[in-house]
Amino acid sequence: MSHLSFNDVSLTYPARDRNGAAQLVLDRISLSLSTGEFVAVIGRSGSGKTSLLNIAAGFQEPSEGTVTLDGAPIDGPGTERAVVFQDDALYPWLVARDNVAFPLKLRGVGERDRRARAEELLELVGLPTAGNRRISELSGGMRQRVGIARALAAEPRFLLLDEPLGALDSLTRSRMQTFLLNVWTKSGSGALLITHSIDEALLLATRIVVLSPHPGRLAADIPSSFAADILSGTPAGDVRASPAFKRMHDGLIGLIHTASPEEELAA
Amino acid sequence: MTLTTHLPQSYGYVPDVNAAQAKQTPVRKRQVPIALVSLLTAAGLLLIWAATATAGLVSPIFLPAPAVVAATLWNLVTVGFVDSTLAEHVLASLGRVLGGLGVSVLIGVPAGLAIGMSRIGRGILDPIVEFLRPLPPLAYLPLIIIWFGIGEASKVTVIALSMLPSIIISTAAGVRAVPKDHINAARAFGATRRQVTLHVVLPSALPSILTGTRIALGTGWSTLVAAELVAATRGLGFMIQSAAQFLVTDVVIAGIAVIALIAILLEIAARALERWLAPWASAH
Repeated sequence: MSHLSFNDVSLTYPARDRNGAAQLVLDRISLSLSTGEFVAVIGRSGSGKTSLLNIAAGFQEPSEGTVTLDGAPIDGPGTERAVVFQDDALYPWLVARDNVAFPLKLRGVGERDRRARAEELLELVGLPTAGNRRISELSGGMRQRVGIARALAAEPRFLLLDEPLGALDSLTRSRMQTFLLNVWTKSGSGALLITHSIDEALLLATRIVVLSPHPGRLAADIPSSFAADILSGTPAGDVRASPAFKRMHDGLIGLIHTASPEEELAA
Repeated sequence: MTLTTHLPQSYGYVPDVNAAQAKQTPVRKRQVPIALVSLLTAAGLLLIWAATATAGLVSPIFLPAPAVVAATLWNLVTVGFVDSTLAEHVLASLGRVLGGLGVSVLIGVPAGLAIGMSRIGRGILDPIVEFLRPLPPLAYLPLIIIWFGIGEASKVTVIALSMLPSIIISTAAGVRAVPKDHINAARAFGATRRQVTLHVVLPSALPSILTGTRIALGTGWSTLVAAELVAATRGLGFMIQSAAQFLVTDVVIAGIAVIALIAILLEIAARALERWLAPWASAH
C-alpha cells in the first residue's frame, strides 16, 4: 500500500502590486491518502482545491510544507501520480489510441506493445472501436474516457482527478460517475477527486474532505460509504433517494456554509 | 496499481448522442455565386484590353493585344528568351525561393522555439527579429551583394532573410499558445524537457508554423522577383527586366502573368501542405 501525504502544506501567492498583500491560498493542509481510497475534495471557489491537486501532481511547489509519497518528498511530476484534466488535455494531432499510448511512448515501450495495451485500455473504458478516431470526432464523455484510459496507461498509484466530469452534461455526467467508480476499483489505485458537486463527492468517495475558502483550510475530513452501495449494484438514483444520503448531503452543505466567512456568503 | 492485461469485462457503453457530427449547411436562398461575378469581371477587363489594343488607341509598344501576348507566351515555352526557355526561368526562380524557404525554416523554427520557450532566448532574438521585420528586403540587397557577390548565394540569402521574421514570429506565437494542460499532462507522464518539446510543443505549434510558412512563401516570391531584377542571368524577374530594356512589352506582360500564376499555385500548394500535415487544425 502506498501513501500520498500533505504535511503542513501552505501556498502563498506574492502580492500583485506594491500596495497589495500576499495572498494565502492554502493554509497548513495536512492530509494523507492511501491506495484503495477515493478522496473527494469539495469547497467553494477560492478554497484552493485545484491548487491542492496541482501541488500533489508536482505542477506547483508549495510555499511551505512538503508532499511525500511513502515518506519520500516528491520532486515535480511523476508517473506514479497520473492526472485527468477538466478539459481533457488530449492531443488533437494524435488519434485516440495514440493518446492512450502516449505515456508508454515516453517510457520507450515499443510500437506494437503500446498499441496492444492502448487497445486493451480503450476496451476497458468502453470505447473498443474508437482507436482510430480523431479527438475532435469524440463527444465530451468519450474524451474523458480516453483521458482516463491515458492516465491508466501510466500505471499510476494515484489518480489525480481535476473536476474531470465538470464540463459534461448532467446525463453523461451521472453515467460517467458510475464508470469512474468502477475503473477506480479495478485499478486498485488511490484517487483524489476535485469537484464542485457534493452529490458527486458523496456517490464516489470513501472519504470527503471539505476545504474552507480564503485561505483554504481543512474544515472537515469525513468517511462516506455510498460508493460501496453503488459498487454492489444499487442504482445511483436509489442511493440518492435514501434518507442517509440526504442527511449527509444537507450536513455537507451546512459545513461548507459555516466554513465560509460571512462576506463570502453575501457576495 | 494492478490492472491486469487480461480484461474479462468492459463497461457497456452507449455512444453519446451528442457525439460530434458533420455540420450541415442550412438551406439558403439562391444567390448569384461570387465566383461568377469574379469571372465576369476578369472577362470584362480582358475584353476592354483587347478592344483598346485592336482599335489602335494605344501603341503596341505600350500595350500589345492579348492574342499577341498569348502567342509570345507559347513562344517563351517553346523557344525561350535570352538563352533560356520559360521552364528554365521558372525553375531558376522556384529553386531560389525553395532554397531560401529551406534555409529560413531551418533557422526560423528553432529561433521561434527559443523565443517561445525561454526568456533568455526571447531577450536575445526579439530585437533582431524586430529590426529585420519592417526592413524592405531590397534595402539590404546591395549589402548582401557586396558580401556574397551576384551569384545564387546572395539571392537565396535575401529571400531567406525576407522569410525569416514571419516564420520566427508564427513559431513563437504557436509555442506560446500551447495549452498549459497539454504540457502538464506530458510532464505528469514523465516527459523530459526534450520530449515535451518534441512530442507536445512542436506538434501543437505546427499549424501556426505552417501558416507562417505560407505567408513567408508569398513574401519570398515577391522578394525574389525584385532581387532578380537587380542581379541575375536567369529567372522570371531577370526575364522581364531584360525584355523591358529592349521594349519587348509582350514578354514583360507574359512574364507578369506567369509570376502571378506561380504565386497563386504556391499559395494553393502551401494550403494543401497545411491540410496534409495538420489536418486536425483545419478540421473545424
